[in-house]
Amino acid sequence: MRRTALHGEHRRLGARMVDFAGWEMPVQYAGVIEEHQIVRTNVGIFDLSHMGEIWVRGPHAGAALDRALVSLPSALNLGRAQYSIIVNDAGGMVDDLLVYRVADEEWLVVANASNTARVADLLAQRIGASASVTDESDATAMIAVQGPRSSEAVAALFEPEEADAVRSLRSYACRRSVALVAGSRISLVIARTGYTGEDGFECYLPVDSATSLWRALLTTGTPGAPMPRPIGIGARDTLRLEAGMPLFGNELREELTPFDVGLGRIVRFNKGEGVVGDAALTARSAAGAQVGRALVGLKITGRGIARHGHGVHLPDGRLIGHITSGTHSPTLGFPIALADLIASAGPYPLGATLEVLIREERVAAVVTGVPFVPKGVIGTERT
Amino acid sequence: MSSPAELRYSKEHEWVRVQGDVAVIGITAHAANELGDVVFVDLPQVGATIKQFVVFGAVESVKAVSDLFSPISGSVLARNEALSTAPESINADPYGSGWLLEIRIGDPTELDLLLDAPGYDKLTA
Repeated sequence: MRRTALHGEHRRLGARMVDFAGWEMPVQYAGVIEEHQIVRTNVGIFDLSHMGEIWVRGPHAGAALDRALVSLPSALNLGRAQYSIIVNDAGGMVDDLLVYRVADEEWLVVANASNTARVADLLAQRIGASASVTDESDATAMIAVQGPRSSEAVAALFEPEEADAVRSLRSYACRRSVALVAGSRISLVIARTGYTGEDGFECYLPVDSATSLWRALLTTGTPGAPMPRPIGIGARDTLRLEAGMPLFGNELREELTPFDVGLGRIVRFNKGEGVVGDAALTARSAAGAQVGRALVGLKITGRGIARHGHGVHLPDGRLIGHITSGTHSPTLGFPIALADLIASAGPYPLGATLEVLIREERVAAVVTGVPFVPKGVIGTERT
Repeated sequence: MSSPAELRYSKEHEWVRVQGDVAVIGITAHAANELGDVVFVDLPQVGATIKQFVVFGAVESVKAVSDLFSPISGSVLARNEALSTAPESINADPYGSGWLLEIRIGDPTELDLLLDAPGYDKLTA
């Protein structure tokens, strides 16, 4: 198993380590529910160094990315980010991505750990000689700071003027910056992005600076406020599910197009020649929402917790799909789930009753809106 | 930490407390710790028959589901209804308020197939 630069820190903090996409990652430190609540009410620090960082650079990088991805990265203003998807020729999803325009001619593409090598290969093939594609994942650590008090936690890393600039980053904005930690300077890219449904930041930095930034984040709290705490990938999953965010491998799969999971809005058409998957996605878009699949939020009202793979049935017993993710929601106190359903058996209006097969028993579930927990439900500072 | 000496244990991490022909069963501290925060427990109805080393229910943490294997055969006399609102008792007090079932023992000789506390501790060391 691969280890991040922060492996020793996790051990020292008493984390329970698990295999996650071939990486030995902390699943929890204090406990999933406690960590989940820390992020909803205060601030938590995540090691996400398993994620992939691929840079695309050059005067034609933006146009090349427009052809390689479903969105329009060339339209990003400097210092802005967008959620995107890379598809195959048939429009099937290969990975979901965050794309940052870090400099005029530099885009940072962040991929899931399990897909990084493939995304880097596909980008290199599709972009060819139009721009340079460099997979810098091995040299890059990623640390997320998430929660309503995250701006106070990150501001402590910077000199006053730069701290102001970081605090005033808008949602989906990013900047190249220099942190000042224990007298030494750390170059990083910091962005106001995340995967928890809370305000927060994600930092991309050289692996040899990861430990000092991590330690600084865990020890530089605001006087009188609870200190930031480390958060494992267990709580990351319950947080993202409450926020209704899809996970590749669960909700997102290569057999599905963005239109089958409610992400059609990020697909841009009329981008010119040579856009991968364009013909297939144009046809899929024209076919409408009554074909293919629908991703639906469920609240489990019966006894039991719906889990990945459980069957979903109409009240008359007909099997219409499967649960893609399900858990007990620590914030709401009841089980929630996302389900991949046959669109033609719908529609699935809010409040409709379905059934989930949990250990051979049909358990009642009600279609509910996502996100299950609205962003910043506890009170999010926005500057 | 050593397991309570007065209990018997199965290799599937359940414990039995024998009181005459009645037994109380639960999951061990080791199992509760491995599971993490317990959020749901699925138990058989009162009157149901359970069989030694066969699945009788499930316990779910935030992250995962684990089957419950009965350490001994018998019929269910009572189940811990408090777990439906406070499943976290299994983490907080696995040998006390986190108990699962009270059963009438079907065959006391089955107890010989279980481990004592030192044997269980060796298994989980």
